[in-house]
This record gives sequence, C-alpha cells and structure tokens, in this order.
Amino acid sequence: MNLHEFQAKQLLRERGLAVPDGVLVEQPEAVPEACARLGGTRWVVKAQIHSGGRGQSGGVVLVEGPDQAERETRRLLGSRLVTHQTGLGGLPVGSVLIERPTAIVRELYLGLLVDRTSEQLLFIASSAGGMDIERVAAETPEQILRVPVPLVVGVQPYQARRLGFGLGLDEARIQALGTLMERLYRLFIDTDASLIEINPLVLTDEGDLLALDAKIRLDDNALIRHPALAALHDPSQEDPRETAARAHALNYIHLDGHIGCMVNGAGLAMATLDLIKLQGGQPANFLDVGGGATAARVAEAFKLILSDPKVAAILVNIFGGIVRCDLIAEGIIQAVREVGVSVPIVVRLEGTNAALGRRMLAESGLALQTAEDLEAAAALAVAAAQRGLDSGTASHTVDGEGGV
Amino acid sequence: MSILVDADTRVICQGFTGKQGTFHSEQAIAYGTKLVGGVTPGKGGQRHLDRPVFNTVSEAVRATGADASMIYVPAPFAADAILEAADAGIRVIVCITEGIPVLDMLRVKAALAGSETVLIGPNCPGIITPGACKIGIMPGHIHQPGRVGIVSRSGTLTYEAVYQTTQVGLGQSTCVGIGGDPIHGIGFIECLRLFERDPQTEAILLVGEIGGADEEAAAEVIRTEISKPVVAYVAGVTAPPGKRMGHAGAIISGGLGTAEDKYAALAAAGVATVRSAARMGACLAERLSACL
Repeated sequence: MNLHEFQAKQLLRERGLAVPDGVLVEQPEAVPEACARLGGTRWVVKAQIHSGGRGQSGGVVLVEGPDQAERETRRLLGSRLVTHQTGLGGLPVGSVLIERPTAIVRELYLGLLVDRTSEQLLFIASSAGGMDIERVAAETPEQILRVPVPLVVGVQPYQARRLGFGLGLDEARIQALGTLMERLYRLFIDTDASLIEINPLVLTDEGDLLALDAKIRLDDNALIRHPALAALHDPSQEDPRETAARAHALNYIHLDGHIGCMVNGAGLAMATLDLIKLQGGQPANFLDVGGGATAARVAEAFKLILSDPKVAAILVNIFGGIVRCDLIAEGIIQAVREVGVSVPIVVRLEGTNAALGRRMLAESGLALQTAEDLEAAAALAVAAAQRGLDSGTASHTVDGEGGV
Repeated sequence: MSILVDADTRVICQGFTGKQGTFHSEQAIAYGTKLVGGVTPGKGGQRHLDRPVFNTVSEAVRATGADASMIYVPAPFAADAILEAADAGIRVIVCITEGIPVLDMLRVKAALAGSETVLIGPNCPGIITPGACKIGIMPGHIHQPGRVGIVSRSGTLTYEAVYQTTQVGLGQSTCVGIGGDPIHGIGFIECLRLFERDPQTEAILLVGEIGGADEEAAAEVIRTEISKPVVAYVAGVTAPPGKRMGHAGAIISGGLGTAEDKYAALAAAGVATVRSAARMGACLAERLSACL
C-alpha cells in the first residue's frame, strides 16, 4: 500500500525527521488560512497523488501570494493529473499540500528498501537527488551508493560514514545523516514498510538535512497489525476494478487486450497470458481466482472481466488439484447463467475429474467451448475474439447487477 | 532415491487441528506419508486423525522422532512457527502459509543462517517425492514416480508441469515448490545441486517467473555445475512493469526481473527453454531421448 506525500511526511515528522512546514488543503476556500498559518508570501502547492513526476506535469507549482495559491489549488483539486508513471488516464487530485519554500544548497537521494538478493534492508543514496533513481542507476550507476543494514545490529555509525563521505558531506552533516538513517530505519521496522524514499533529501542554506519529498510503501501483508496505518489507504488512487477484485479476494490486473482471462493460481495465470500472446492474441486482464474457485467467486470474476467493454472473448483455465473439476464446472455454469455472459467462452479444465467437468459443460446448453489442451484452448479463445472484433460485436452487455 | 524427503521421512503438522491442517494431513496420510503427529498449542495430549497432538514442536520431536514439519498456521503466526520448528531440530520445514510479512521473513532467514535446517516456502505448494512422501497441498494423484526433478516458484503451474511429465511417461523424482515470495527458503540453486547428486533424477525442469534474479543466478550454476539436461519455462513474458502479478515476488521493477532476461541467461547456460507452458513435458521427453 502506498501513502501520500503528506501522510509520509507526517510519519517522518513524528519521528523527529525534518520536513518543510506544510498544511493539507482539500477545499480552495481553505487556502488563505493555510497561507496565513504558514506565513511568508511564497509557497509551493503540491498535488497529492500516488505518483512521481508531478513536477514535470504541473502538479507542483511555486506561487506568489494567497490569490495565486488559491487559483492553482482550484486548478488542481478535482482534476486528474497525468505523469509519466500514471498512464494516460492520470490520477485524481483529492488534496494539495501547501508548503513553505526551502532554500536548497544540494539535492540528494536517500532510500531504504528490502533487498531480496542479500535478504537484508538496504540504504541507497545518490548525489543525483531529485531525479528518477532508476534512471540514475541505468545511466550513471557510479553515482549510486549502497549500504546494507544487518537486522541484528541495525544502523551503525560506519554506515552513515560510508554514505556521508560518499556523498561529499562534511563531518557535522555526516553526524546528522547518521541520526536521520537511524530514525528512518526505526520507522521502517515499526511500520512494516517495504520502501521509504526521500527524493530529494536537501541540504538547506542553514546546513540542515530536510526531506523535501517523501514516499512510503507499506507491506500489505503486515497491515493487519497496523490498523491506524491501514486506515490511511486511499482507494481513489487505484484502478476501481482492482479494488473491487480485492474485496472478493480475487487478484485482478487490467491489461489492454481483448481476451478476458480467469485462471486459478498466479503462475498459471501468467503462463496463460503468455500463451494467448504466443497464439497471436492480446490478454485483457490478469485474474487469479485462487485455489477454491467456488461458484460465487467465479461469478464475481466473470462480472469483473465483463466490466471491461473491450473484452471480446473469455478464456477460463482451471487446473483442478485438490478442488474437483466437476465442482468447478458447476460453478462456471451457475455463474454464466447468473451473470448472463454474452461473449464466447472457452473453458479448459484439467486435473481431478476433468472429463466429468467437461461433459457437464458440454451438456449445460450454454455456448461454452471446451478444450483439453492448454495451447488449443488459447488458440480457440484468440479465434473467437478475432471473430467478435471482425463482426464488430465486441461490445457486450451484462445482465443483472453486472459490472463494477 | 529422491531429494530431501522419502518414504522414511517422519512428518508432523503445525496447525494440525485447524481446518487447513486437518484437510491436508488427511490427504498426506491417504497418500502414504509417514505423518506421525501434530502440534496445536493448548491441545497437547489429545488425539487427532488417530495421531498424537502436542503443545510444542520440541515435545513432538522428542516423542515421535519427527524430522520434517508442514506448517499451516495463519500468516501473522507463521514466522514464529518456522522458528519453533528450527529450534526443535526439524531438518526440513515446509511452510505453505501465504501472506507472511516480509520483515518477519528477513528475521527468519537471519535466524536460520548457518544452520542445517532446510526451509521450503513460504507461500508454496510444498514438496513431494511421488509414491513416498507428500508434504503440501498438491494433488497427489497426478504424480508418478520417475525421472524428472521439478523445481518451481509457482503452485498450479507446477501441477501443470507434473501432469505433463506424467502424461509423457517420464514421472518425477521429487518436486519442490520454492514459493512465490521475494524472501523465501530453499531456492533454485540448492535444488539443482541436490538433483545433480540424486541418481534417480535424469533431467531437471525449472519453472521460473518474473521478478528478482534467481533464474539468472541459477543459470550460472547450471553452466558450471550441472551435467544433467535442464529444461526451463519462465512465466510472465507479457507482464507489465511495476505490477504485482499475484505473487509478492512477481514484479518487474526498474527494468529488472523480466522474463526475457531470464530466458536469455538460461539459454546462454545451455538450458532448453520452452516458451509455451503447454510444452514442458514434450520438451523434456525430447531432451531425454536425445541423451540416450
């Protein structure tokens, strides 16, 4: 789960880490009071969305006077901001953070993450602050410094020295960096974070290190022990279909093709998408219905797939292991009747009682094609989608309460 | 022969009396696994599935001589269960549980470093030596004792691989599901080395997926240490960057972890790569007949 900048900065502030003074604004009418509270005559207005690259897309603006602050706030609130990370649809701006401007001497990068290769926490620092760190890593890898933090000892002064001298900081600043790293590490552990990124970490004209921007990603698996943090979740920043899927314990990712997919198991689901592509088709989604593909979940999965108007055919690929294929066939038949699917469906069932399951589907009277072989199933689905697209009948309807 | 588990492996179940633990223990017993008891704190002294229940793993080990454990406890308590099993001297710990917080797994890995304990998983289907010992959630009946060692990051995709190798008549020596989490126990490399030393294993099937660099590291070991034929499939050629494809570990970040990179590394190491998940069994059959 990602946090907004203002939420991340609040967590940093609570841990004694320096961030600019700022006020969160959700209504343009609140701008004059926010400006008065912050003082001064110039401020920075920052759109709060879950994406980087806001500066280049007009989402971060320096303003003079409360009138301009209010105008820019009005422009941003309620709009959708498109950055190089958001995709064409952009993300909705529900709030802006208004901050005092900072006099910057240097911009640095500091990140803390879980490194799967060394199986440790890893600090990453760079003197190329304010830039996309993945670009820095690709173009000038020598500018990236890495220091692992063994869990048994936590942050030690030598780690701060390695990063600090590497960044060209003086000794007083290295001391400050050590304190900052220690607090960041505690925050990471205490919140079960999976990434904390301060980009840029700035050296101010007064010699302080200050987090000008902050990004925190929390471990979804650990939210259960952090109810206060879980409450910071902002569903407006996610694909509504993905949010709906999660509510039904389905794993859905929207893609751009025409063939809807329903598969049990993440690995098999990815393999099915790859097969569709190999057969010349384009998958419309990734969807893992999980191990226990019950009628209710299969019905929800069909609704989710059909909420995408581009879907021209559906491929269901279930490997019945512990779950019997006849039970799954029953679920599919019930779900197709309930949801009223109007695009061609290809079902590939394999595993326990597969023959019985296939017979049930064939005898159901529903327009279902069945296949035994995985490749044949993908080819059938690709052909069915192509026919639908050619005849211009790809747009479909969902009866009942379908859609999301 | 086989790797890690065989007909003599004495298995206990942690989370024995729970719904999942009960169901999969019944399945394991029906398959012929030597399931010698289980652990559910507070239910020690009772009997379940005609086997003794213990309060702690160390009691269970003392009383039954168990050397393997399968863990079906909920995610928030799973790290504790792994550590308890390791502390009690269990040799092979199989953790099926999905959704363990990543920092918990970092602590577990740090605690297990340097010990002889083998951890399989978490978030995995388990391990099976067909006809001898099933520890996990895989359907036993699709397996067949045989010649191929399978190591995989996925669940149902492993069943697909198993099914295909059974269909073409090769069967399996041992199948290990190493799990879909970024921080996990045994990996491709350890399994490859074990299969290389196992006389029953004649060929190895590696089933990878996007994310991380485990396949690339495995390719290097295959090139330098593995003499048996290796076939590999990697899922996720079509996966978009930055999206988590079901498994926590399956994410392409910063251009790293793509299926194409993994295929290239494996092919360069002399591995026969298959692009279609429907052809894993056929490719193995070709490779093995070419070796005769």
